[in-house]
Amino acid sequence: MLNPDLVGRTFEGVTSTTISAESIAAFALALGEPETTLAPPTFAITISLEQSQSLLEGSGLDWNRVVHGDQKFVINKQLTPGMVITCNSTIESARVVAGNEIVTVRSDLLESGNVAVISWSTLVFRA
Amino acid sequence: MSTLKVGDVLPTKTYKINRASLIAYANASGDQNPIHQDEAFAKSVGLENVIAHGMYTMGLVGQYISNVAGSSSKVAEFSTRFTKPVVVPADVDVELHVSATVVEVSETSARLEVTALCNDVKVLGMTKAVIVI
Repeated sequence: MLNPDLVGRTFEGVTSTTISAESIAAFALALGEPETTLAPPTFAITISLEQSQSLLEGSGLDWNRVVHGDQKFVINKQLTPGMVITCNSTIESARVVAGNEIVTVRSDLLESGNVAVISWSTLVFRA
Repeated sequence: MSTLKVGDVLPTKTYKINRASLIAYANASGDQNPIHQDEAFAKSVGLENVIAHGMYTMGLVGQYISNVAGSSSKVAEFSTRFTKPVVVPADVDVELHVSATVVEVSETSARLEVTALCNDVKVLGMTKAVIVI
């Protein structure tokens, strides 16, 4: 079970990601959109989910038991090639329902200190 | 984009999901969880068969919303609940039918509620988007 002391804490991303045209194009193509360098609305997940995984696995949760419950994006600025993004992750809530642990992580994708995209992932760790 | 009015029901679009498209999404997104690719593994953890990444299904709906908005750059908010898995048997194209209703329009934005169905079952719930108009 997640240490309740972690709820409300923000973990600042220590590495940055430079968004490439290739990564956007490949993601868009996989969704059926060829020849674009405009990030699809869900592209931020490629950055946020990896950080959430590393944070929650590091906190003792088993990623092999995870199911995606809810997802929300607020997009202030569309991600584009060349943007350098750091990702801060905050464990907003954690609760246990019928033995399943339900954790909501908010990820702030920052460019030069400004929030470009906020991603909320609610993840269910099955009992 | 034509003018959106509250109550407008936007045309349904159909997206095809198959094993090859799941592998393409896994490679592009980095989510290589074997439940989305490996039938034996999926069944070993109690699933009926391989299931689509929830984020793949949401991503296809994101394409629908981007098309309605005229560009992915006009999508300001997008949220969903993953209510039912999209089961993807081998050698089958599973059809995802996406439609939306306009529920609110302001001077600068429109709010949509989206329906996503596979085999007449809602696979996403409470799917909402705000687009800039």
